[in-house]
Amino acid sequence: MEEEKKGRRDFLGMALGACAAVGGVGALYAAKRTWDPLPSVKAAGFTTIDLSAAQPNELVVEKWRGKPIFVLKKTPQMKENPRDIVIGSDRFLVTIGLCTHLGCIPAYQKDNLLFFCACHGGKFDTSGINEPGLPPPSPLEIPPFKIDGTKLVLGEEGPEYKAMLAAGITV
Amino acid sequence: MAHFEKANSLNEWLDQRIGLNTLKKVLNTEYWIPKDINFLWAMGMVLAATFGLLVISGIFLLMYYKPDTNLAFDSVNYTIMSEVGYGWLWRHIHGVGASIVFLIIYIHMFTGIYYGSYKRGRELIWLSGMALFVAFSAEAFSGYMLPWGQMSYWAGMVITNLFSGGSLEAYGLVEWIRGDYVPGDAFLTRFFMLHVLLIPLVIIGLIVLHFGTLRLPHVNNQEGADIDFKEAAELYKAGKKKESKVIPFSPVFLSKDVFVMGVYFILFFYLVFYNFDFAMDPVNFDPADGLKTPAHIYPEWYFLWSYEILRPFGKDAGLIAFGIAQIALFFLPFIDRSPNVAPAHKRGLFVVWFWVLVIDMIVLTAMGKLPPTDPTFALIGEIAAWTFLALGPVLVLITMFEKKIGKGA
Repeated sequence: MEEEKKGRRDFLGMALGACAAVGGVGALYAAKRTWDPLPSVKAAGFTTIDLSAAQPNELVVEKWRGKPIFVLKKTPQMKENPRDIVIGSDRFLVTIGLCTHLGCIPAYQKDNLLFFCACHGGKFDTSGINEPGLPPPSPLEIPPFKIDGTKLVLGEEGPEYKAMLAAGITV
Repeated sequence: MAHFEKANSLNEWLDQRIGLNTLKKVLNTEYWIPKDINFLWAMGMVLAATFGLLVISGIFLLMYYKPDTNLAFDSVNYTIMSEVGYGWLWRHIHGVGASIVFLIIYIHMFTGIYYGSYKRGRELIWLSGMALFVAFSAEAFSGYMLPWGQMSYWAGMVITNLFSGGSLEAYGLVEWIRGDYVPGDAFLTRFFMLHVLLIPLVIIGLIVLHFGTLRLPHVNNQEGADIDFKEAAELYKAGKKKESKVIPFSPVFLSKDVFVMGVYFILFFYLVFYNFDFAMDPVNFDPADGLKTPAHIYPEWYFLWSYEILRPFGKDAGLIAFGIAQIALFFLPFIDRSPNVAPAHKRGLFVVWFWVLVIDMIVLTAMGKLPPTDPTFALIGEIAAWTFLALGPVLVLITMFEKKIGKGA
């Protein structure tokens, strides 16, 4: 009789525990999804920029997904780099304008031909490559892009971007 | 059902139903505090009172604050500051309180370290206190987001980016925390929720736990003496108050606390009325702009020491050093290998270690405020960061060889 009672209580305890665990996991999943970016936030993630008006060595800052996008038309003196986006005979640096260290916006120093981040002293050259020995661990990132004539669609992955990804030039 | 007699007073009526007299004894009149203490022992109640002020001023700010990226900045800087009657008072109390509370927390912590109040039964006091420090840090950070100025935005950007884990590049996690690609409306509203509800609840729970962990091991004293609380309490209750080594928490210890609080609040309200600027960063009076980083980003003074530990290293190493710095102090009761509970000046090399720690944290704080461009200061910061990291293993070594102090010494 006592044994039977104990068995029954154990069963009730385990059944209650199992139901509560399922409910708990469900609630955690719902909580996680509530914190996710909203569909409207995600849908607003495409921006078209026109490169035809850009002037050499003049930094243009565009906005994509709330982040600054650096557009720099390279002068012929600037070193070529596989990271350049080539349209006709023009070469462009197009990157997300956030330092790869902790996300501050580096300032472009036109005369020194480099990007300087005031937060922790990081430096990047005109190809977006970080200067070694400073906090930023990697070059400025290239946003997903698709070339459309003289325009760029940011947020969409065109063949040139996919090639860069495959070559490990950006993440 | 329990048997109830007719009560002759409100006190008796309550005592029958919730054991009021027992509660008073346990928490106040028979909660014994050593006599051999100084004003530093009042910092706990000073903190409790400051937290109370933050809650009260926060309630009034909550009546006009709007957690919306389009409205937040003006609701603070225009509505509360210039329209709401005495709105400036609540904001200045809240801002000054948030800054000063960390000063008192650091004094409270260093008092505990100096007198060895974290070991031999008092480990949980230290651990719950450190948990409170973390909760207060989260509360301060989330509150800093709310005015939605330039420093709010960029501090939010930089701190949430830490969660990408360096080379792990966990940007999905960062975007999940923000609810957006960058700090935006979803970010502001959820940090508002954290600041006014969830973290305060956690803090209140932790304060109760912190008090609870204190009750059995009792408060430490200036000599770290092992007091027989039962014997001392009997003496006190027998009227031999002079001979007894203890006093009751209330009303005797509390009246000492209230005196210290009085002095403290004179300083506090002097700052609130005449010198509140130190708690109001001028850069945060520019509205948030995601396309313009301020020339120089730095956190509030109380985070500067750990920020400076992040700075001199590369991305991953910096993150690891920063992580270690955040949790290192939790382990204090376990890396101090000495059995002595005594003030630092009686513990040989420990007193040197203590002052090196204090000075190192002050140096880190000063260097954290400076722009990253000066190589001399960067070098000093790097040395200070290495010193901080080395202090842990050094403590293990010096406390292992520390001479045991005889009882009653």
